[in-house]
Amino acid sequence: MSLTISHRTVGDVTVLDLSGKITIGEGSVQLRESVKSLLENGTKNILLNLGDVSYVDSSGIGELVHSYTTVKNQQGQLKLLNLTKKIQDLLMITKLLTVFDTFDNESDAVASFT
Amino acid sequence: MPAVTLTLIFTAWYLPRTVTDKTTDRLALARNSLSLGRKPTVEATQNDINGQTDTVIELTIASHYRFVEMVGSVADQLTQLAGFEAENIDWVGLAVRESVVNAIKHGNQLDVSKPVEVRFHLTDEKLLIVVRDRGNGFDASQVADPRAPENLLNPNGRGIFYMRTFMDDVEFLSHRQGGLEVRMTKRCPRRNGGC
Repeated sequence: MSLTISHRTVGDVTVLDLSGKITIGEGSVQLRESVKSLLENGTKNILLNLGDVSYVDSSGIGELVHSYTTVKNQQGQLKLLNLTKKIQDLLMITKLLTVFDTFDNESDAVASFT
Repeated sequence: MPAVTLTLIFTAWYLPRTVTDKTTDRLALARNSLSLGRKPTVEATQNDINGQTDTVIELTIASHYRFVEMVGSVADQLTQLAGFEAENIDWVGLAVRESVVNAIKHGNQLDVSKPVEVRFHLTDEKLLIVVRDRGNGFDASQVADPRAPENLLNPNGRGIFYMRTFMDDVEFLSHRQGGLEVRMTKRCPRRNGGC
């Protein structure tokens, strides 16, 4: 199953609900294009809901990093919601949990955007 | 005890996307296979000698990302067969997929005419996975630590780190007939006397 991405708006935050895989052959390009499109439309606050992401490889982790830096470079914020255990482990062992703001609760995540 | 050997051979081809007619597809496929002088194959053997069981699975794929999951699925099945814990099944599968992606992308430079050969060898003690490409190789000792502050925001450079983290041993060797050979080992769980 490749990656599917749906958009919704909660207050000033655009939530991307991701479902499927984020890998070099499948989801990385879709994620990059979605974030790029949001930035082009002026969206600055992006919350990636990863709760239904079944598999991520190093390219997928890299794409999360790329999305984070791209949004930040345009004075926006990108945060992560509902990390699976596997994604959390992959971020932790590469010290990326020190980079991303992560949340288990959507309301808390939305409220954290300034 | 007599040796018992089970051999399964499958074939898989690279399907050209530009051809839509199914019949033509097959013809184009055959030509593609012939022009490459080979076709991707899967071979599985199991030898049961004196109570010790070795399972060997060999795959040769074209350098295309669509075949990564095929190899990864074999890793998942073998680690399940060996009785690895669920978490290690996932991590070994990830290491194998990362290695195959590296072979396709960095080794063979996405050239579909160049093969990636993968060999799984499961014994009572360990699972050995060998991935060989046809590239020029690299100096693994020079791979940067993705956890270093200056590398944290680099979108690349984590695959080998994950391989080294999740496997017990990872070696990068120049193959005598060319290409890079990655040898990864994961020890089998000790319960029930190993694999």
